[in-house]
Amino acid sequence: MAEISRDEMMHIVKLASLNLNENEIETYRKNMEDILDFAQIIDSANVDGLDITIGSNEQSNVFRKDEVVEFEDKEALLQNAPTKERNMFKIPKVING
Amino acid sequence: MELTELTVHELQEMLYKKEITVTDITKAYLNRIDEKEKDVDAFVTILEDSAIEQAKKIDEKIEKGEKLSNLAGIPIGIKDIICTKGVRTTCSSRMLENFIAPYDATVMEKINAEEMINLGKLNMDEFAMGSSTEYSYFKTTKNPWNLNKVPGGSSGGSAAAVAANMVPWALGTDTGGSIRQPASLCGIVGLKPTYGLVSRYGVVAYASSLDQVGPMTKDVRDCAMLLNVIAGHDPKDSTSADIEEKDYTKALKNDVKGLKIGVPKEFFGEGINEEVKKKLEEAIEKYKELGAEVEECSLDVANYALATYYIIAWAESSSNLGRFDGIRYGYRTKNFTNLKELYRNSRAEGFGTEVKRRIILGTYVLSSGYYDAYYKKAQQVRTLVMNEFNKAFEKYDILLTPTSPTVAFDIGSKSTNPLEMYLADICTVSVNIAGLPGISIPVGLNSEGMPVGMQLIGKRFSEETLLNAAYTFEQAVKFREKYKPEFKGGVN
Repeated sequence: MAEISRDEMMHIVKLASLNLNENEIETYRKNMEDILDFAQIIDSANVDGLDITIGSNEQSNVFRKDEVVEFEDKEALLQNAPTKERNMFKIPKVING
Repeated sequence: MELTELTVHELQEMLYKKEITVTDITKAYLNRIDEKEKDVDAFVTILEDSAIEQAKKIDEKIEKGEKLSNLAGIPIGIKDIICTKGVRTTCSSRMLENFIAPYDATVMEKINAEEMINLGKLNMDEFAMGSSTEYSYFKTTKNPWNLNKVPGGSSGGSAAAVAANMVPWALGTDTGGSIRQPASLCGIVGLKPTYGLVSRYGVVAYASSLDQVGPMTKDVRDCAMLLNVIAGHDPKDSTSADIEEKDYTKALKNDVKGLKIGVPKEFFGEGINEEVKKKLEEAIEKYKELGAEVEECSLDVANYALATYYIIAWAESSSNLGRFDGIRYGYRTKNFTNLKELYRNSRAEGFGTEVKRRIILGTYVLSSGYYDAYYKKAQQVRTLVMNEFNKAFEKYDILLTPTSPTVAFDIGSKSTNPLEMYLADICTVSVNIAGLPGISIPVGLNSEGMPVGMQLIGKRFSEETLLNAAYTFEQAVKFREKYKPEFKGGVN
């Protein structure tokens, strides 16, 4: 049985850069225990001596020239910014923030 | 017959013969959308004005005798996860509710180069996470065969729009079954190409080692035609394969004599609905009649493929969705006093329940202390799954399974139980884990009049074999000629 403590849950939520209210913490914690119980079925797979696979295609080290390609349409990029000033993204103060 | 009932190859023929104009086609589809959208809820964005304008321009070019591409003037619908320049691309998420893509995905560049007409952006489960389209932030798409049932997901808007004749064909994406399962539930054709055959550039990433764009169409010939458009190497996607381009329509030979089909018994066991099994058994008999050599086989992956898939998908999504921080684009909370709070509250308010659940699970399986037990182990099982498929393909050309363990289920019946929803993908996920091509085609209806789909799985880059096998079956069974969605039920 997978067991997730409240502290552990809070730690994961922080790592994931999320914020949950009290109700959500308990709901997600229970969900996770159920789902991880189900996921533990992979323990029964015999993987002795097997390498890991990170992707299904055989190519590796796909090289290309490291050339700068300018993205011309800066307006299109900036139109999605929640806040901006001139041609820059405006964000809250970071230092001593 | 209504124009909107025709396949693309039928429309194309009428266009060539000048029996209809591009404006006729486009208006017919916009009228159909106008009529059916209130029942089906397939679209996030409808591009009525630009579609009409583009149609008129193409008609003028035809008038002047200008040379046009083969598919000029054919409308299409696009899953709202594919970036379309100047048009909202939302992933059906509050996070991207107002996001205007600054560039086109490579597949969109290819669609535009053909001068096809984008009718709009289609609904989906938020960030492609789900199997019913109920996890969309905006609306739940309904199944055109019965409006009280889900269309499947995550490409549920695409599947429902094609089934309801609101678009002639559509693009979907498939990470664990998101093209094939909704295609099956809506009685249409859906192909997940081999990983690497189609560029992922400009397609919002869910699980990068599994995601693939593919066609969702009324018939197999249309499927081959749309694959011709979107397949091909792209230097902007380093996982895209540099293989020679093919004309997939040439593979449609209407002949499966001698084709070796394996039927893995593990895909017909517990959890697979009896009526689905029965329909698949009829399909197997049909293939035998058509001269294929069909044999039961074993593919010992079914037990752990689902868990393996989800662990990998959670992990990759938690990493991919890290980019949504409310700074340069996307939802930004009003509720913050410092930068960390801005990040955390923007994400907490911008993402829906299932997306947060997967981010949390992904963060957990990648975190110190659990990485080996879950993520690393899943990657080893991934090798095992690939080995099992390789063994099967030493004996067989293709494998045949149900696409979905059940027909379309009732709206609301699984949306509060994440584990039950995950089980909807049990037949499709192993194909993504192994990077193989898989196609779903309709085989018939169950006793309630809901479509049942068959999945055919091939070796890497064997789309020609798959499409021919699907085509031959389709020509023999003629599902589309016999059955049409009736828009039964519905609350309104």
